[in-house]
Amino acid sequence: NMASDEDSDEDFVTYGTPLEPLEEDEPIRKPVPVHEQTVKDEKGRYKRFHGAFTGGFSAGYFNTVGSQEGWTPSTFVSSRQQKAERQNARPEDFMDEEDFSEHGIAPREIVTTEDFASERKDQLKDKARAVSSLAALIPGDTGLLEELIAPARSSIGVELLRKMGWKDGQGVGPRLKRRQRKQNTDAVKVHGGALLPSGSEESEDEDDEFAPENVTFAPKDVVPVDFTPKVDSHGLGYRGLNPLQALGGGSESAHINLFTLQSDRTSSLFGDRNSGQKRRGGIAGQAFGVGAMENEDADIYHKDSMSNYDTVLGGEEPGDGLYGWTAPQQYTRKKNDSKRDVVYLGRILDGFTLASQVTEIKTVYPPPDLPRDYRPVHYFRPVVDLSTVSPIVAQALQASRGHLSQDAPQQGRHSLDSSQRRDMLGETPLQGPSSVFELLGSKDRERLNEIPEDRAAVVASAKAAALQTLSSHASKTFKPFQKNPQKQARYDLYINKLKKGDKEALESSLDSSMTEWERGRERDEFVRAAVLYKPSNSSLSSRFTRSKNEDDTDSVEVTRDQENDVDDKQAAVKMKMFGKLTRDTFEWHPEKLLCKRFNVPDPYPGSSTVGMPKIKRDKYSVFNFLTITDSSHVSREGPSASKPPGSSTTLPHLTPEVNKKSRWDKTGKVKVAQSDGKQTEPKTDEEEKEEDEEEVRPPMDLFKAIFASSSDEKSSSSSEEDSEEEEVAPSTSEPIQISAETLNPPVSAQITPAPDISKVPGII
Amino acid sequence: MAFPQPRPQVPQLPQHLLRTIECQQGAVRAVRFNADGNYVLTCGSDKSLKLWSVSRGTLLKTYTGHGYEVLDVDSSYDNSQLCSCSSDKTVILWDVASGQVTRKLRGHAGKVNCVQFNEEATVMLSGSIDGTVRCWDTRSRRYEPIQILDEARDGISSLKVSEHELLIGSVDGRVRLYDLRMGQLHVDFIGSPITCVCFSRDGQCTLSSSLDSTVRLLDKSSGEMLGEYSGHVNKGYKLDCCLSDKDTHVLSCSEDGHVYFWDLVEGSLTLKLPVGKAVVQSLSFHPTEPRLLTAMEGHVQVWGAEPEDTAKLSSVC
Repeated sequence: NMASDEDSDEDFVTYGTPLEPLEEDEPIRKPVPVHEQTVKDEKGRYKRFHGAFTGGFSAGYFNTVGSQEGWTPSTFVSSRQQKAERQNARPEDFMDEEDFSEHGIAPREIVTTEDFASERKDQLKDKARAVSSLAALIPGDTGLLEELIAPARSSIGVELLRKMGWKDGQGVGPRLKRRQRKQNTDAVKVHGGALLPSGSEESEDEDDEFAPENVTFAPKDVVPVDFTPKVDSHGLGYRGLNPLQALGGGSESAHINLFTLQSDRTSSLFGDRNSGQKRRGGIAGQAFGVGAMENEDADIYHKDSMSNYDTVLGGEEPGDGLYGWTAPQQYTRKKNDSKRDVVYLGRILDGFTLASQVTEIKTVYPPPDLPRDYRPVHYFRPVVDLSTVSPIVAQALQASRGHLSQDAPQQGRHSLDSSQRRDMLGETPLQGPSSVFELLGSKDRERLNEIPEDRAAVVASAKAAALQTLSSHASKTFKPFQKNPQKQARYDLYINKLKKGDKEALESSLDSSMTEWERGRERDEFVRAAVLYKPSNSSLSSRFTRSKNEDDTDSVEVTRDQENDVDDKQAAVKMKMFGKLTRDTFEWHPEKLLCKRFNVPDPYPGSSTVGMPKIKRDKYSVFNFLTITDSSHVSREGPSASKPPGSSTTLPHLTPEVNKKSRWDKTGKVKVAQSDGKQTEPKTDEEEKEEDEEEVRPPMDLFKAIFASSSDEKSSSSSEEDSEEEEVAPSTSEPIQISAETLNPPVSAQITPAPDISKVPGII
Repeated sequence: MAFPQPRPQVPQLPQHLLRTIECQQGAVRAVRFNADGNYVLTCGSDKSLKLWSVSRGTLLKTYTGHGYEVLDVDSSYDNSQLCSCSSDKTVILWDVASGQVTRKLRGHAGKVNCVQFNEEATVMLSGSIDGTVRCWDTRSRRYEPIQILDEARDGISSLKVSEHELLIGSVDGRVRLYDLRMGQLHVDFIGSPITCVCFSRDGQCTLSSSLDSTVRLLDKSSGEMLGEYSGHVNKGYKLDCCLSDKDTHVLSCSEDGHVYFWDLVEGSLTLKLPVGKAVVQSLSFHPTEPRLLTAMEGHVQVWGAEPEDTAKLSSVC
């Protein structure tokens, strides 16, 4: 089932956690038998659903306190000074949590205190009282004595109402005029059907006419409809025997009617005014027949007539019957409003009335005047991407646009091309062709267009073009390898030979002493240079301008504060005058997080710089690279200075230049002439690059460390030592390698070949 | 009824060989006590890092994970973590108990010579041959350093961390003291490539050994030289120096197979402890007791103030 579900997983939305996939080999787990499915409580005991009181003996014995001794009795404390307090033990004292819990004998729950409870009595309590009253000395006495003795308690709500001026028997709400009240009572009558208007009510009604206009009355006490749910299993409308009423103890109602349409709810709704009726004691009702205390049996059998019921749905309403309580305001005071409506001449629709306030009139502004020559036609210009079209076309387009309309929409700065901008700025056009394509002959251009994919052909054509241009213009102003005179000389030679049509131009002009790789590289470069940098008609060079001085734009960020003169320090060290002379103090900004991690307040709370404050400097300023070894170089030549300690006996090859920079120094471009004198030939850029690339290759040991397996290592460690030795030895002769290893010769170069360490493999 | 204070004893020097541990991990590049001095950490050239018990000399754990020889190690104050650095350009944070790599930090361009925790082991500082010191956060999951100190002109050979200061010795012959609290960098020019730096235990002085076979004690605040100690041989190797447990003596490894003890105040050579024939590569002084570790070739020696048997007796008593 699971497997099949998985196939179409995407189609379904899954809820819940999936079942663990069934392993085929896995034995089917036995279901836990019922007697082992136990529930434990918070104390780890078997959960029981009864307390000590409800659980019987064993529950109390085993469970209550978990010991045979049962609960510990309160210790007896009595002395002269301190008499033992008399303790009133309540049953709760002997109960345990389970008894107080939801299912216990005395569940604890939040109940409204008596103060805030409504007057409606608790049913359970009522029942209990009723039951107890039956067994009481005086039958039917439901705490009559108690009521006499106990002070009358009224709920907080009643008390609040009293404070607000409410009196018993009155309704709640604003005081009303006589008329309105009458209306209300009418309504009540209609709704209620066969209500018996009490005598007092009627007398009040009769008093109506005498009531002065300015006297207000409290509203009738209306108990809101109370939908008490039916909780008993009696028949509908059956109330059961209420001993309160049956025995004449109750004050509310003397008449017992077991079956009545008018339940106590409805009667109370309409102001239960049955007090006027004769009070009768004893039990009466169908179930009991006519009791001995019953005087008359006239209405012991209830008669119900159809006149008690409404026959028409909705019925008549006061007023015109259209609106009830929520009648529009105007409806109720129609007579007054009609006065105002007179002002309005037109006919007023039924149900509408004139607005009391005049709505604001929106001011409408007239549209702007159109210019005379305005033509309501929009012309859509063809959209041309200038970058894709050749400049000539673009220019033509531009020009035509100018003809079309004088007020051509201003394009963005970026959408203009250089010529457009130039025109706008009023600059003189640059000399030379405007496009690289114009440098090519028309034939070449065609060919280029025809076969742009075929690179070889393109190169060939370009070469031919270069040759052409070369032969036509013999200008030598353009020198791509000016930095390197020898290379430039070789290049010039190549160009010359090329011009003469020498087939072997390239090969013959290259330096034969160079390595194959170097030569290959230079070959490529020369060809490229010949194609690209046509030294011909100064067409391209006219488009560029020479920088004022070389590498001027290159600047590097260097620290603002520079060290003091190193020579002075060297001298100070020599004289062992450490202190002010040898110490430099700089401002240094630690990262905020670093301060936090060190539990140190940020020394520069406002600043955002990190590390040493930097400033821009020329890249090749000598001052940026003044280092100790520079000075040592100087001091070496000086008569007084001694040999720098860095280039001591252990490292005889170390030249100061080499010592100056470690392998990791990125700005290794400042070249100082080698003191060896062996390398008479100044290095070319390529050679330099090559050297860099050679450096990048990690030592053989690293490869071994990665690729040689450890077991292999152990078995052939001695041979490895040898090979290491071999490797180390040449590496020492290489100056750059050494500069990196200045400090760690023991690690690779010195310790390893030492005779003692050769014992180590044996130990291993 | 106060007893008179005992007269200050003549400080005992760890001159008796207690134990020799054959580490069996190639050449021992560095040997370090842990924070409380009960354990020894050795960095081997066979890419392994080993944890030893000092008292019994037994191997407790081997930490493997470096790709090349391990060059330095430091333990956190609570002995729960280790940091080590290696020629494979990485710094590794280890969980001591499990021996697992908690974090492997790459970023240095060359081999990493030295590594240190700060006091609360919230930051690891590693100094590399690429001339930078990188401050790694052990709390966050970031794999980038918090800050890179690239003021040095050449490789970093040694670094130490105090409460709020970083002491960094570089091959460019300068000792740099970064004061985080003041936001200042003090550069002390020594002239010769620095091989090892350390703080004095009172935190007032710095000790730096350099390749001119000299150990110098400088005043931390002014940079003035308080003492100069020479006699040993240190011309090509990265050798350690340190101060004794009560700042009474200055110790340095030597290429002639000895450990040199100088009186700190007088500057006179107190003891020339013969360790072996080869170069004493690394040493570490116990934080509280007169006990010394020296590393030579493939083994580590433990030195104490009293001979082995009496030491045993005293430990029994």
